[in-house]
Amino acid sequence: MNIYISSLFEGFWLNIRLFILTLAMAIPLGLVITFGSMSRFKPLKWLVRTFVWIIRGTPLMLQLFVVLYSPGLLFGTPMKSRMTAAIVAFVVNYAAYFSEIYRGGIESIPKGQYEAGAVLGMTKPQVFFKVILLQVIKRIVPPMSNEIITLTKDTALARVIGIAEIIMCAERFTKQGLIWPLFSTGLFFLVFNGVLTIVLGRLERRLDYFKV
Amino acid sequence: MPILEVRNLSKRFDDTEVIKDISFSLEKGETLSVIGSSGSGKTTLLRCLNFLETPDTGTITVNGEVIFDAADPASRSEKGIREKRLHFGLVFQSFNLFPQYTALQNVTLAGLLLAKERPDYKTRKNEIREEIINNAKAILDSVGLSSKLDFYPHQLSGGQQQRVAIARALALNPDILCFDEPTSALDPELTGEVLRVIRELAERKTTMIIVTHEMSFARQVSDNVMFMDDGVIVEYGPPEQVIGNPREERTKRFLERYFENGNT
Repeated sequence: MNIYISSLFEGFWLNIRLFILTLAMAIPLGLVITFGSMSRFKPLKWLVRTFVWIIRGTPLMLQLFVVLYSPGLLFGTPMKSRMTAAIVAFVVNYAAYFSEIYRGGIESIPKGQYEAGAVLGMTKPQVFFKVILLQVIKRIVPPMSNEIITLTKDTALARVIGIAEIIMCAERFTKQGLIWPLFSTGLFFLVFNGVLTIVLGRLERRLDYFKV
Repeated sequence: MPILEVRNLSKRFDDTEVIKDISFSLEKGETLSVIGSSGSGKTTLLRCLNFLETPDTGTITVNGEVIFDAADPASRSEKGIREKRLHFGLVFQSFNLFPQYTALQNVTLAGLLLAKERPDYKTRKNEIREEIINNAKAILDSVGLSSKLDFYPHQLSGGQQQRVAIARALALNPDILCFDEPTSALDPELTGEVLRVIRELAERKTTMIIVTHEMSFARQVSDNVMFMDDGVIVEYGPPEQVIGNPREERTKRFLERYFENGNT
């Protein structure tokens, strides 16, 4: 029995790594994409919005294949590791979703906040970082929490390009006639998301001291 | 020399000319009220003075220095505008306080940021910060909010929020303080406390331009009243004349309509 459990933990560690690396890179990259999609320079804006449309409009599963195979097919330089391919695909995909959440958050801040900062002699970066940003963060925590919880479960998709994440590990035992390891993978996700829900809920409450 | 001189100011949004070739001047310590119906261009005029809109023509001169000239693109540069707009303070109709900061922080924020640009900031940091914070406390005290320093905007009534907004504008010590319908977003029972603060400022000879719908208030506090209609100044003069005994037909009609609606 220990073999089974340690195998599941090993698999789940891959899910967690993928989760952490994706978040660490997609959260800042999303902001860059947001600035692109809100740019006053029209060609950039439309280029970025088209990119976001393609990423959000096609399955993540397909994007995993594209990232894994296209460097080899197009440039003759195959992806060195499947994990790298998975991370790239996840980061790009989630950054696109995050960027739309950020954009919604930024656009929901009343114009008067910018104007009040401006007439007080604040520079544009000062207005953004000292006045706007925290209000945006407060507004986007709930939708971001939703995406982050979805991400934990999406990491299971990495198996389609041969990454031995938890469900793939468990399925091997199914072929040996053992079903319970597969079903018990759900517990791993449940516990992990339970902890996440508590942490994200705390963050939300920490921003309760003001209203926007 | 007038503290403010506006010459031939116009502003157009797409096909509508909102301000048409307006000229006026303001003396130091003078309180000017701007009255007129919605859409007459009053608010746009204030927004032009505060560089929230860029006028299409005209000049704005403060203390003899031309701070805006529509014909001179250099006067529109981003960096220049930031310093020049500090000649003016603006109190918004909807307060626009920063929700994540307390009353005191709202008043000190801009001052503390500006102080960082001072050459002596590094050496006298604590002293300068303390000065700014004490000054902010004194101003909040003068608008009757010394007990609310650590309250967040959502914990304050509309009238208290607007008084914080006035304190915030005063903290930067502007030459000319502008009010854009400061009581229009307030419940009637809360307008009094805000008007009282503005009246005190007038008594202390703060130079002010007040866009307002409160006729009796304008009549009491103003040195001059400007009646605007359709983007032009129809009548300008002391309140006893413009509100008490208007000469122009359009002013008479506006005031008649105003008082007919049960206002005072």
